[in-house]
Amino acid sequence: MPLRHSNRRVLGVALSVCVACSALVTTATVLLRPVQQANRLLEKQRHVLAVAGLLEPGKSVEELSRRLDVRLVDLASGGFVELERPERFDERRAARNPALSIALPPERDIAGIKRRAKYARVYLVRNGAGDIETIVLPVHGSGLWSQLYGFLALEADANTVVGLSFYEYAETPGLGGELDNPEWKALWPGKQVYDEEGRPAIRLVRGPVKAWDPQARHQVDALSGATLTTRGIENLLRFWLGPDGFGPFLARIRDGEEDGPHDS
Amino acid sequence: MIPDTKPGWTGGQARDLLLGPIFDRNPVTCHVLGVCSALAVTTSLQTALIMCAAVIVVLCGSNTAISAIRHQIPPSIRIIVQMTVIASLVIVVDQFIKAYAFDLSKSLSVFVGLIITNCIIMGRAEAFAMKNPPGLSLLDGLGNGLGYSLILLTVAAVRELFGAGKLFGYTLLPSAYEGGWYMPNGMMLLPPSAFFIIGLLIWAMRSLRPDKE
Repeated sequence: MPLRHSNRRVLGVALSVCVACSALVTTATVLLRPVQQANRLLEKQRHVLAVAGLLEPGKSVEELSRRLDVRLVDLASGGFVELERPERFDERRAARNPALSIALPPERDIAGIKRRAKYARVYLVRNGAGDIETIVLPVHGSGLWSQLYGFLALEADANTVVGLSFYEYAETPGLGGELDNPEWKALWPGKQVYDEEGRPAIRLVRGPVKAWDPQARHQVDALSGATLTTRGIENLLRFWLGPDGFGPFLARIRDGEEDGPHDS
Repeated sequence: MIPDTKPGWTGGQARDLLLGPIFDRNPVTCHVLGVCSALAVTTSLQTALIMCAAVIVVLCGSNTAISAIRHQIPPSIRIIVQMTVIASLVIVVDQFIKAYAFDLSKSLSVFVGLIITNCIIMGRAEAFAMKNPPGLSLLDGLGNGLGYSLILLTVAAVRELFGAGKLFGYTLLPSAYEGGWYMPNGMMLLPPSAFFIIGLLIWAMRSLRPDKE
């Protein structure tokens, strides 16, 4: 069959196979996208609940996340920004958008993130009376191989750690990857991130931390065999707790702006 | 399930197409195909099961689709046409897993995408679907998918049981770390153990049927 070898035939078959296949793939992705987005949102909320210590067995994430008050913070002023559906705000996409982000000069970019979104989502856990109980902040920065994405949860004093947990990273398993080890994460609660002058003071030190050391409340054991991952974690915390991160916002909380800071 | 009535299509042939690849002509143990994913996703039964389901769906779909258009495919571009069909099916399956088995999709990560390069699928498309009607190709795909699954699930069962003391996440051998008596064999959770287990399986299956090599 000579026709089967003709160029026209080859092009025709190639084209129709491509069109049919792309139609199939497009339909599947478009139809399934809402379900996948809901999954991702739920996953993120599960991490937030876990780091705030709110995850309870037997209770669904949807039910528990009703206690989360999701707000958008203007990082420069530290005040809240009103936005419809703040839980849909995407910091990563915003950080790539020049209108929604700022470039960090190298000397201030201690977390190694190059650009930072102008706004960031914070998750406030309120008690029955409506007072803030826990503040959950998204943090990220460079580790050894990868960007580390995680959440830092602080008590209402905006100083005492409730928990620190990373949900996305690609560090060396067994070394830097131990940042997800529950035993290491258990070292964090109770630590204080700021010193008396309100400067970020958290340090990861070659352990074990000596309990008699007056600095012990600011110190956590470094991850053994993972100097660069450890340094990355320390740097990203210093960045996000400092003036280019959530510093202004947390200062307002500490100054006792009761219902959270408001822009005047 | 007999859409094609060609001469030579008999019940016996169908049974052979479906059951043959499970034992006699198993794609993993006889042809040593698809070993890459068999190493990667067999640390637990649950991930192995999802992987098997994904491979079966892709294999049945690609075999049927390629068989249906086999007379249209010009020989010069047949491999790339097969790849296009397979890759599209894999993306669709991956999207479904991300939507409905989100937690498992994270542990399967890139391996679902790598089904595209699984030699069993290309192999069946080229060796069988290009020469046979869609009905027989579907059965051949299902049979080979089940054969692959048998090996994958066997390896996963051994690795999960001896590596973590569990099957499908249920503790059978309480591990010493959790106050039990069983000291888990950490090597079972690493890829080399799958090499050993697959090697032993190939040896066992070939010794049982020495004539089928």
